[in-house]
Amino acid sequence: MANAKRLEVVFWLGTLLPFVLTPNYLSLASQIAITALFALSLDLILGYAGIVSLGHAAFFGVGAYAAGLIAKHYWTEPLSGLLIAGILAGLLGYALSHIVVRFRHLALIMLTMGFGLLLAEAANSAHDLTGGADGLQGFRVPGLLGFKFDMFGKTAYAYSLGLLFLCFLICRRIIHSPFGLALKGIRENAIRMPAIGAPSLSHLRKAYTMAAVMAGLAGAALTHTTSTVSLDVLSFGRSADVLVILILGGAGRLYGGLIGAIIYMVARDQFSGVNPQYWYFWIGLLLVAVVMFLPNGILGGLSRFLKPKN
Amino acid sequence: MLSSLAGVLFDGFAYGMLLFLLSVGLSVTLGMMNFVNLAHCTFAAVGGYCTVSLVNRLGWPFLAALPMAFLAGALASVVLERILFRRLYRASDLDQCLVTIGIAFMSIATFAWFYTTEPQSTRPPAYLLGSIELMGRSFGVYRLFLAAMGLAITALLVYSLEYTRFGARVRAAVDNQRMARGLGIDVDRAFLFTFALGGGLAGLGGALAIEVIGLESTLPLSVILVYVLIVVAVGGLGSIRGSLVAAIVLGITDTAGKYYFPWLGAFLIYLVMVALLMWRPLGLFGKR
Repeated sequence: MANAKRLEVVFWLGTLLPFVLTPNYLSLASQIAITALFALSLDLILGYAGIVSLGHAAFFGVGAYAAGLIAKHYWTEPLSGLLIAGILAGLLGYALSHIVVRFRHLALIMLTMGFGLLLAEAANSAHDLTGGADGLQGFRVPGLLGFKFDMFGKTAYAYSLGLLFLCFLICRRIIHSPFGLALKGIRENAIRMPAIGAPSLSHLRKAYTMAAVMAGLAGAALTHTTSTVSLDVLSFGRSADVLVILILGGAGRLYGGLIGAIIYMVARDQFSGVNPQYWYFWIGLLLVAVVMFLPNGILGGLSRFLKPKN
Repeated sequence: MLSSLAGVLFDGFAYGMLLFLLSVGLSVTLGMMNFVNLAHCTFAAVGGYCTVSLVNRLGWPFLAALPMAFLAGALASVVLERILFRRLYRASDLDQCLVTIGIAFMSIATFAWFYTTEPQSTRPPAYLLGSIELMGRSFGVYRLFLAAMGLAITALLVYSLEYTRFGARVRAAVDNQRMARGLGIDVDRAFLFTFALGGGLAGLGGALAIEVIGLESTLPLSVILVYVLIVVAVGGLGSIRGSLVAAIVLGITDTAGKYYFPWLGAFLIYLVMVALLMWRPLGLFGKR
């Protein structure tokens, strides 16, 4: 246990390295931190509560558009915008959670996908509000607490990383609480858990809402650091990507989404420039290989490799 | 508005027939093995590209290429089933989703490699183009052809599933797999044949769809996949009648929506789907 904690400290110290080692890649690092936060939020419902979602980008997109609209029409102070975006995404998540937690299997997959597509179509149609396919432009978030968002992305990375770290601590606390244990129990057997005093549906609703808030925060952070919102934040592709990232890293182990985001984003940055249309071949192959041979993702494989005796 | 109604209904019906061809295989395999196959539209793309190659590069007549598209789709589905999918029948639906999405990703890149990302097209023969006058209205010949093909294949499917020994085995396996095994029915074999049939029909649908929706390398994960999934989920797993009804309703709704309310986009479709699924999670004609 102490060993694991030391590793955790090393990991988080390592996230500071890009400031020193790769100052030219700080905007990429910021994107990675945001994606990691998004994957972490999916981990909460998929890895721990067992809710399969193919439409998680809905909350990411709501957060992104909320932050963008606030910055464009009202004020450009990011922290309050972040908060409001998170609350809005959470409200949507809470509303949808009443429906989502009642379904399983294909109906669940189709419903989550359906809600995601609905929102994407709505944003596309509401051209006056969202800018439609052109995206929401014409605003600029100048800075955070006196630090400017510049083209090198120093402030952007600090902002995204700080947000990720904070949310990670909260997630870690949730997972290790009795509530988190109950979630795992529900994942394994949703019918038996109420018998020992953990109401399945209301627990799942809470987890779903928390995940929605976190996804909304990630979306808002993307808006603040890039000063633009495109329709892509709500797309089905984003929902699928984050699922792939989480599975690659390993679902249900907190760091899975983080490791997955680092590997996926760095690989995409390096390889997709050469021939973008073939990039998905390797992602597909990796996905098939991970599911067939590494059921718990890269982290699961690593931990089995490191502890062969147990 | 009323005068265009017949045209919209007809075009929607033809489009629905196309959706039915593309989705009926998925519905039966999902109902039989509970296997969530998000790579189903890959078979359609295989059929489509097979047709493009045969017609454009080798100069085959369009109608002769259609059976080959069927065979290509069937072959692709059998190969995938034998190598990969059969190991996943007992896996969780998440794992099934992920592997089949992975397959779809790989197929998209592969099609882009061989055929570029440009949309491909092929001209059907002249006698399938243009329109004819019937009772004072003009109907597109190709749509008539689509509708006729769809009806003929539906009749063939219903016959082979309702009145043949093969069909009896498949229906038994869908209804109660364990009981069917107990009665000595080789469920795996029946399933392989069904899978091939479904893949083949998707391939044929993909070939017929070139003229209507075009053919791009992204077809396996395009909006067509969403429509196919809607047909399957709304119609009910393993129900051919359900798929047929859902496909026709979806085809007509989509065509009418594009004609009368173009600003809504696909919003209406998704809304109806979500509402229907909340009302009946197992689909309109689903049993389990």
